[in-house]
Amino acid sequence: MSEIVFEGVSHRFDQVLVVDDVSLVLRERRVGIVGANGSGKSTLARMINGLVTPTAGRVRVDGLDVARNGRDVRRRVGFVFTNADNQIVMPTVREDVAFTLRRHRLDRADAEARVDAALERVGLTALADRPAHRLSGGQKQLLALASVLVAEPAIVVADEPTTLLDARNARRVAEHFATLDQQLIVVSHQLELLEDFDRVIVMDEGRVVVDDVPTAALDAYRALIA
Amino acid sequence: MIGVYHPGTSLVHRAPALAKLGVLAALVTAVALIGSLAWLGVASVVVVVLFVLSRVPVRIALRQVAPILWVLAFAVPVQVIFGGWEAAAVMALRLVIAVALAGLYSLTTPVSATLDAMQALLRPFRRWIDPDRVGLALALTIRCVPLLAELVREVMEARKARGAEGSVLALAVPVIVRALRTSEHLGEALIARGFDD
Repeated sequence: MSEIVFEGVSHRFDQVLVVDDVSLVLRERRVGIVGANGSGKSTLARMINGLVTPTAGRVRVDGLDVARNGRDVRRRVGFVFTNADNQIVMPTVREDVAFTLRRHRLDRADAEARVDAALERVGLTALADRPAHRLSGGQKQLLALASVLVAEPAIVVADEPTTLLDARNARRVAEHFATLDQQLIVVSHQLELLEDFDRVIVMDEGRVVVDDVPTAALDAYRALIA
Repeated sequence: MIGVYHPGTSLVHRAPALAKLGVLAALVTAVALIGSLAWLGVASVVVVVLFVLSRVPVRIALRQVAPILWVLAFAVPVQVIFGGWEAAAVMALRLVIAVALAGLYSLTTPVSATLDAMQALLRPFRRWIDPDRVGLALALTIRCVPLLAELVREVMEARKARGAEGSVLALAVPVIVRALRTSEHLGEALIARGFDD
């Protein structure tokens, strides 16, 4: 498993302290992050692959400083966003997955094999030539996941991947996330998604207030928001 | 180009995109220069043969040409009045052939192949123009059409729900704000996918 280290990390946005002096070491296979809106959980997740740079402290992934080695870190860390529509670039499903590999300079056969494998992994092979923007919400989120997996990252970070989906699609997407081999960091409001995880971190007003096994952490979070 | 591609394994599908673009440009130029109805008839037969070779279903092929027929329904009578029936026929055939050829290209060529072709074309000029960047810009332009269409549709629905159907402000402000926000999210997603320079 990879190792993600937050060392005294803070982030200030427009004079507001969004993340306040967080220190964590994440080595577990599946880690959940929960918290109310504005608690800093999405900002924390975005720091893992350098989408957000801390204003104080340091984030390291497998020893690499994210601020200095952003490109190398992003090759190791795939990111799935809440709204898959924002992640789709190319017109068809297959082309969108292949788009991720454009900068990888693979030969055509290797790239096609990886695209096919990623589509099969998320069950989208039958829809490979369909227009990506006409997929259902759940299918779009699976496409976003395939677009990440095709790069074969060591870590997958997902920021509320099921928030915009109905219950059935959310369950389907969650099932795919559960079977990933990669280290998985999931930010979510849907607590049942995190029940089988190895560790859950609860954030409030930019700070880590609970860091425990899911049962204890989720109970603490329910008490916090009650 | 968006959502038009019809997958297949025909000779036309398998032809390199760059070669298809070259043939498309040459044929459209030739058709624009031809003034004889007989030669335009020959060009029409060539187009039909290309469609047959592509094995694209007739219904899908006709859908590519249908929009231009509406234009011709107005333009042909005007041309007949001012230029005579022969000039009207030449104009109509030129337009139909050009649109059909462009449609055939879109039906048989994935967008990614077109982007690769554009990048290959720009490679000799890489000292001045970054082909990857141009390819990415084209991909984003194509992507933004359905994205903006969906955004405008949602805002128009919201405007209607609030009873402000006629208000330009109630359409323009949310569309601009959401378009800017979407572009920010899209940029973030591109960085996350390794397009970070």
